[in-house]
Amino acid sequence: MIISYQGLNEVSGSLIALEGVTGVGYEEQAEIRMRDGTVRTGKIARIDGDRVIVQVFEGTSGFSLENTETVFRGRPMSLPLSAGILGRVFDGTGKPRDGLGPVFSDCVRDINGSAINPVERVYPRNYICTGISAIDALSTLIRGQKLPIFSGYGMKHNELAVQIVSQAKIAGEERGQFAVVFAAMGVKNDVAAYFRRCFEDAGVLDHVAMFLNTSNDPIIERTVTPRCALTAAEYLAFDLGMHVLVVMTDMTSYCEALREFSSSKGEIPGRKGYPGYLYSDLASLYERAGMVKGKSGSVTQIPILTMPNDDISHPIPDLTGYITEGQIVLDRALNGKGIYPPINVLLSLSRLMKDGIGEGYTRADHASLMNQLFSSYSKVQDARALSAVIGEDELSETDRRYLQFGQAFETRFIAQGQHESRSIEETLDLGWEMLKLLPASEMDRLDPKLLAEHFGEGD
Amino acid sequence: MMEAQRNVVYGVNGPVVTVRDTKSFFMQEMVLVGKEHLVGEVIRVTSKETLIQVYEETTGVRPGDPVEPAGVPLSVTLGPGLVGDILDGIERPLRAIAAKDGVFIGRGAQVGGLDTQKRWETHVIVSEGEELSGGSVFAEVRETESFLHRSMVPPELSGMVVWTAPDGEYTIEEPIIRLRDMNGEEHPVCLAQKWPIRQPRPFRERLPFTIPLITGQRVIDSVFPIAKGGTAAIPGGFGTGKTMTQHQLAKWCDADLIVYVGCGERGNEMTQVLDEFGELIDPRTGKKLTERTILIANTSNMPVAAREASIYTGITLAEYFRDMGYDVAMMADSTSRWAEALREISGRLEEMPAEEGFPAYLPSRLSAFYERAGSVTTLCGRRGSVTVIGAVSPQGSDFSEPVTQNTKRFTRVFWALDKSLAYARHYPSINWLDSYSEYEPDLAPYFNARIDPHFGEYRRRIVSLLLEESSLMEIVKLIGADVLPDDQRLIIDIARVIRVGFLQQNAYHPEDTYVPLEKQFHMMKTILHLYDASRTLIEKGKPASRVAESGLYEKLIRMKFDIPNTDLSGFDTLDAEIDQTVERLAAQ
Repeated sequence: MIISYQGLNEVSGSLIALEGVTGVGYEEQAEIRMRDGTVRTGKIARIDGDRVIVQVFEGTSGFSLENTETVFRGRPMSLPLSAGILGRVFDGTGKPRDGLGPVFSDCVRDINGSAINPVERVYPRNYICTGISAIDALSTLIRGQKLPIFSGYGMKHNELAVQIVSQAKIAGEERGQFAVVFAAMGVKNDVAAYFRRCFEDAGVLDHVAMFLNTSNDPIIERTVTPRCALTAAEYLAFDLGMHVLVVMTDMTSYCEALREFSSSKGEIPGRKGYPGYLYSDLASLYERAGMVKGKSGSVTQIPILTMPNDDISHPIPDLTGYITEGQIVLDRALNGKGIYPPINVLLSLSRLMKDGIGEGYTRADHASLMNQLFSSYSKVQDARALSAVIGEDELSETDRRYLQFGQAFETRFIAQGQHESRSIEETLDLGWEMLKLLPASEMDRLDPKLLAEHFGEGD
Repeated sequence: MMEAQRNVVYGVNGPVVTVRDTKSFFMQEMVLVGKEHLVGEVIRVTSKETLIQVYEETTGVRPGDPVEPAGVPLSVTLGPGLVGDILDGIERPLRAIAAKDGVFIGRGAQVGGLDTQKRWETHVIVSEGEELSGGSVFAEVRETESFLHRSMVPPELSGMVVWTAPDGEYTIEEPIIRLRDMNGEEHPVCLAQKWPIRQPRPFRERLPFTIPLITGQRVIDSVFPIAKGGTAAIPGGFGTGKTMTQHQLAKWCDADLIVYVGCGERGNEMTQVLDEFGELIDPRTGKKLTERTILIANTSNMPVAAREASIYTGITLAEYFRDMGYDVAMMADSTSRWAEALREISGRLEEMPAEEGFPAYLPSRLSAFYERAGSVTTLCGRRGSVTVIGAVSPQGSDFSEPVTQNTKRFTRVFWALDKSLAYARHYPSINWLDSYSEYEPDLAPYFNARIDPHFGEYRRRIVSLLLEESSLMEIVKLIGADVLPDDQRLIIDIARVIRVGFLQQNAYHPEDTYVPLEKQFHMMKTILHLYDASRTLIEKGKPASRVAESGLYEKLIRMKFDIPNTDLSGFDTLDAEIDQTVERLAAQ
């Protein structure tokens, strides 16, 4: 028996209140039908006795206290799923928007998901070759990892994400088992179109499920878009055994939507007005990545977020960094030099790479090379700072070598073409070539064997 | 008997559930909410309504669902079966939940804290007629190959033993002995007992801090040591290696038992601990590390209220094993997530926030938690300790935020992790200028007596060299190192040897991941020997660059890898080489 409730008691921002409601559960899905026949969706955000607060995803524009009819669905918001979702385009709440009709579903899943039991997880170890040197050598992406891209407005994070997706696909040995789930939150329509076009060019469009909430779509809808996308990803990975790459952009818009929703509920704000539960909320998204026992698939997440004012200590990148397994940070100074991808390798990090590189994964010398490159490149910064004060001419010979190394490292190692895919061997060999610009005495992270192998006995 | 009042859910707001018009609940009472029996705890009682925080997702909870009081405060079951297990924030074994629910954690999983079916080989060590008081050991159970579980009389109970079971196999619920108390009442005592998590377990008296917790990490043991029973904070932004440092401590510190609480952290990290500790061998017992570890996992996407409880569950387990006379180390990663859980619940209760939205009672909760650490004489007269090492994740890497600042007030060791060190891949990235250990004076006698009378002196010299370097670096940053006088260049060079050769430690290198105190001491000694020898050279007017060209610095930097932990004779060779080189350079 489904009861429909006529009218509302209160409308405020994206929230509506109904009184006299019985028999509904927390977070249950609601459908609000307007007089003109349009239907909006919402979920129960609070219950006090028979008074129920519902959050309406599409906004409450046009609602009066009398012109609506509300029905509760008796279950939390769910998504119908089948292999048929690949190649389709959905809106931010998971309804088809490509005009191809509904998905014939095999099952229906609660979009909030459940936490993966830590004892059932498989620790991710297999690296994904992205063909991008700065990532493969220095912050290796691992299958089942969550590795966000921290960017800023006007930088080429979208291009980087596309390059990762299209080149990672080529490296995957099981082609048919590869899928991409793309979630857009508050991105411009042309950005969404760009992704679509690139997926098409890469020939993967029939392996992509897109969940689009563009910048002119309702803001509150954004709070469910990534949940729909991740529910789809978990289904593809753990039910159908696929390796799923989830690209979510832009997490900053998502957090802002969350803030708007929180303040309309009158919650006590935390830092910069974001709700106190921002960490838990982000974790409930990012933790939906990984590999589990007994299933062959994996969910790898590449969330993209723009750092407001390029500030990495802003709550959104800050809390994200505490949850994700590393980060790839784009740098405005490198971007200004025309270097693509403008990855700041010192700020970037992959927490899972230590167990996914070396003998049997990439190459035996990978870890030593990586440590030495980091150590040497961090000294470049000191040499540059010094040169800015006393002038390049006054620098010692060693410091001058560091400047040369820094220049070459940025323009030849980090920089590469948007369609250039380097194999791991090429990348590592290039890394050694870079190091040879420095004197052997500066190699403080190499053991004598590797030192002799690459620098000879004397230098 | 009057039928108990039936209590039902009135309202739901996130993890907070309200019940109206009832007087049947008391504060911090455990309750079961809804048809699925979600575990919750009473957090506010007024004449109008009772507020309950629920430790599981409240999706689907409806008004009218039953709410049943358990009649006891939120408690954990203590007994054999905990060691080697992985539990959630309210002590439910995750392996049993997985067996029941599969990959994802279901709700209202009715799995008890401990296995009640398993039979433990029990050796009773008391006999009829003996007078026992609370905390006395009455039986021993070999819980894992390397861990002996001492079963104790619950603290509130005492009396004469009137019956003992014969040695044999028992479950945790079968009576092992019976005690007759002062009033002549008989009480069965079994292997398991319950204890409310928010109440510290009693002990006889606190002891001074005299014994260090040896971790095998140079920057900790030699420079900023922690005492057994002490408290330490590890603050650091993301990517600075908090978790890595916690893992290293959990692996190598010389505690008898580790309670590792993953509080609001990554799921994969807990999996890694499970995998890695299952393979690693404890150098002291020769058994797997899991045999001395209890993991409490409440990952960041598990319910927030249980995250708040997980810290208390952890410390209660630690205290229980302390009472048996063990040295227990508890790692909490991270206490900031716990503080945020407090903030989240406080926000739902619409309490007036203090700094940055955190509740005003944050400092008192933090101090109450850290005060449960300590080195004590237990009720049974043994020496036991709980060392607490809490990671702090400051927002925006800003150490002035409330959690870091308040943690600093209640802990006595501060290992400040530094972003710039981490970016330069200097690990462990413990900043030697911002960190401190208040235990150092208490522990100096131990190091001087056990390792070498010069230990404290060398430590001070190493620290002062680093301090001198940091003030010199201010000049170097402006004008370069070339213009410094020779004696100052030497300090810069030696400080580099200390930083790279001594403070940096490679957790993945088999020889370097754990370094015994003797080797730490010899490393300090050799570095200072080189410094002193070079000083005499400079005093004779020879340029400092000579020493740099001799390759001695590189040799010293590599000594941590080149000289094995088991054979320290290499240091004598190195010292002799320093003497020879300096002599040769002086003669030139």
